[in-house]
Amino acid sequence: MSLSLAILTALLALGILAIIFGSILGFAAIKFKVESDPLVDQIDEILPQTQCGQCGYPGCKPYAEAIANGDEINKCPPGGEATIKKLADLMGVEAKSLDAAHGQEDVKKVAYIREDECIGCTKCIQACPVDAILGAAKQMHTVIKDECTGCDLCVEPCPVDCIDMVPVENNTASWRWKLDAIPIKQVN
Amino acid sequence: MQTSYEQIVHKIDSDELWDFPGGIYPPERKEISNLQPIATLPIPEKLYVTVKQHKGVEGNLIVEVGQQVLKGQALSKSANPFAVPIHAPTSGKISAIRKHVSPHPSGIPELSIEIETDGQDTWTELSPTLDYQNQPKIDLLTKICDAGISGMGGAGFPSHIKLSTSKKVEFLIINGVECEPYITSDDRLMREHAWQIRQGIDVLTHMVQPQQVFIAIEKNKPEAIEALQIACRENPLYQVVEIPTKYPSGGEKQLIQILTNREVPAQGLPIDVGVISHNVGTCFAVADAIFSGKPLIQRVTTVTGEAVSKPANYWTLIGTPIKHILNECGYQASSQKQARAIIGGPMMGFTVTDELVPIIKTSNCVLVPADSEMAELNEQACIRCGACADVCPAGLLPQQLFWHAKAKELDKAQEYNLFDCIECGACAYVCPSEIPLVHYYRVAKADIRNELDEKQQADKARERFEKRAARLKAEQAARDEKHRLAAEARKQAMESKGNNAKDKIAAALARAKAKKQGLAAADSNLDTKSEINSQKTPPIESNDEPTQKHEIVDAATEKPSASSNQRVQAAIARAKAKKAAVATKSNQTPEITTEQEKSSSGSLNIENQDENIVESKPIVHEATKVSDVPRTVVQQDTKKPEQESVSPSHEENSDNQISQNIAEQKQAKVAAAVAKAKAKREAQKKAKASEIQITKPLAKEKSLANEKTLAQVEQLAEDPNNQQESSSKQNIEHSAIEDPLVTKKRRIAVAVAKAKAKRQAEKTVENSAPKENKEDKS
Repeated sequence: MSLSLAILTALLALGILAIIFGSILGFAAIKFKVESDPLVDQIDEILPQTQCGQCGYPGCKPYAEAIANGDEINKCPPGGEATIKKLADLMGVEAKSLDAAHGQEDVKKVAYIREDECIGCTKCIQACPVDAILGAAKQMHTVIKDECTGCDLCVEPCPVDCIDMVPVENNTASWRWKLDAIPIKQVN
Repeated sequence: MQTSYEQIVHKIDSDELWDFPGGIYPPERKEISNLQPIATLPIPEKLYVTVKQHKGVEGNLIVEVGQQVLKGQALSKSANPFAVPIHAPTSGKISAIRKHVSPHPSGIPELSIEIETDGQDTWTELSPTLDYQNQPKIDLLTKICDAGISGMGGAGFPSHIKLSTSKKVEFLIINGVECEPYITSDDRLMREHAWQIRQGIDVLTHMVQPQQVFIAIEKNKPEAIEALQIACRENPLYQVVEIPTKYPSGGEKQLIQILTNREVPAQGLPIDVGVISHNVGTCFAVADAIFSGKPLIQRVTTVTGEAVSKPANYWTLIGTPIKHILNECGYQASSQKQARAIIGGPMMGFTVTDELVPIIKTSNCVLVPADSEMAELNEQACIRCGACADVCPAGLLPQQLFWHAKAKELDKAQEYNLFDCIECGACAYVCPSEIPLVHYYRVAKADIRNELDEKQQADKARERFEKRAARLKAEQAARDEKHRLAAEARKQAMESKGNNAKDKIAAALARAKAKKQGLAAADSNLDTKSEINSQKTPPIESNDEPTQKHEIVDAATEKPSASSNQRVQAAIARAKAKKAAVATKSNQTPEITTEQEKSSSGSLNIENQDENIVESKPIVHEATKVSDVPRTVVQQDTKKPEQESVSPSHEENSDNQISQNIAEQKQAKVAAAVAKAKAKREAQKKAKASEIQITKPLAKEKSLANEKTLAQVEQLAEDPNNQQESSSKQNIEHSAIEDPLVTKKRRIAVAVAKAKAKRQAEKTVENSAPKENKEDKS
């Protein structure tokens, strides 16, 4: 008698606990629901956001989604080895060398429009993924240097080939110190 | 717990100080240059004034090439609070505004103004402020900013930003420590211009209202200490404090720690601990700016090292190239294996990359060391001795920082507070492996900054990309909506237009009907059928074409709407046509015989056809009964010969030649009719819309007789076009079904048609000549 009572009590207690925790979990699942895949955002943070499409996806976010779904991590030439390394760390996979099929790692460049040759066709403006080209139909266009990601997408549509990709100039702010030290010697 | 104001004042009063961790005691070597008074260098032929000489942003240039400038004239201007203007250091002409090698370790060219000096050294008009105590603070700040004063100790932080603080300032620290070896510019300035420095301190004190002013000077400068003690003894607020000689006690953070035991937080400013500090050189410049209105156009620079014969402190104009200074100071190239000059001290300075590198507002020293003074770089592996950690004034772990910086593990280096490193070089100084540690840190810092920049740019690019995508989507949606609305509007417009067209057609039809009815009424008065035909034809013809077109359009447009009604009518018409066809066949028999065109297959059906004759006649009657007009023709062209066969015999007597010609014409018309029928059959298969297009050309092909009957039919039936159409359709169906089975029958029919045509032609000739002409035309 006492045994069955004990079992009954235990079952009852466990059942009540299950209901309580179940309801808490259920509430939490609704209240703290994660809208998008957090992994995609993390990958997107790492990608260089040039939106160049060299990976074969129309922008960095789609590639981030593809990586989250198991695509290779070595398809981003603008990011280069640094990005691949970070992605490898994040995804817990081995870092590979850059897939040459998608391009080579290059110095950072920005587009430059030779303005006296521009005919004002607006084709580059439509091609620019970050709206970094300023201009209007039959008006000269120019690139906002600070906004240009160097994606190269405006070069192809230009009918008069007046867009150059020029390497970004180093300035004193972006300069990396050389390791030529100023050594000092104890003088007596 | 932060040390309180009272504690600090008490401790300082009792000649005690706190200390900072670490520090080194390198040979001072100050006696090389601190024994001579400050001299003045001759004005160089050319000055290279770098546009940005401080921390912040550069101003906009307000001068142009070729312009004559006077000493002290502003060259740039900006509304940005972090922009500090630059001034012409002497009078002369601006020869160029272009990129010139910068006083930066990289030597990367930066925008500079080149001034060809005229040697006159003519001052521009100056506006001193003598009663500064009665001026509002903002005016004084503007004055200091406009004088181009930025920190002269080394970092070049804009002084007016420091002074514009609204926080409570407990201590104003005047930094005259000058702890780095070799450099004596502040020392000489304090010795010679203590009174003006005190004037500057007065101004600063007035502006920030500190509770206490400490003038900190290292113990190795007794003359400077004495001079300032004399200059400041009248003011109880000012207190000259002797600082023990130790490198880097002149560092802002270290000095604050020595004096107040307070630590400036990482990423923070001294004001966060209630302290503002200024260099003695800055005080001197402030006094210049306020009391004489002079902008910052020159500074004291120590030229020292064993490779110059006249080491001393010099008043150098901003923009003076190193080459000029070395020439004036007796540079001995023989004492150096490789020409080398360092801007700044041996601990924190950098080797210049070009002899045209100019002096800027922060250049306190030009060190030209002989080879004997410089150590050979012989970097070896880190032995983890920990000596660097012992001397680090910031309390960091330099060996760990080095480890991670070398391995490019930037995040880990940051975890070890890389950015709290003040790059004093103490660690490198003590390193037994002679590792240039600071350089590793500088590289790592630059990498991290660049990475941060890239990250920011990436974020910006992402934002712009996403905004653009959203915008394109919105634009597409707007366009789709517009198209949808336009389509709706078009549809509506078409409907209303279609109604209009229908109305017009109906009106035209009504008009035509009325006209024809009028004609028919007139015709009904005439007795003979031939007369009716001959008289009626010309006017009908003229009206025919437009009417027909309308009808066709009518039929097509009305088809979907009145389909049930039409279907009934079509069925009736089909039935009529069938009967009529049978009747025609029965009529054909006598014709065949009369025409003498016998065919064995044709005669096979004669008996059957004969039977049909009896039936067909009353049906034709029925059809005629529908109309009000007596003696009218039945709608089918195949039936026409029936009416005309009334007088077949005497027509044969007429002219054979004419009849032959007309017969040919008729033949052609029959062929046309066949083609028409075929086309129609095809059209039936097609959509309703295309039906209109096909029937139109068909209508044009219609023969005169056809048109005539059509016109007559119009008078008879409510929907004549439809009836006619459906009846002809019936014919086609009829032939289509029988075609494969009784091909011979068709041959007979063709023969019959020929005969009929011949006969009709004869009849027409008989009736009237003008009719013939009309036929030809059609």
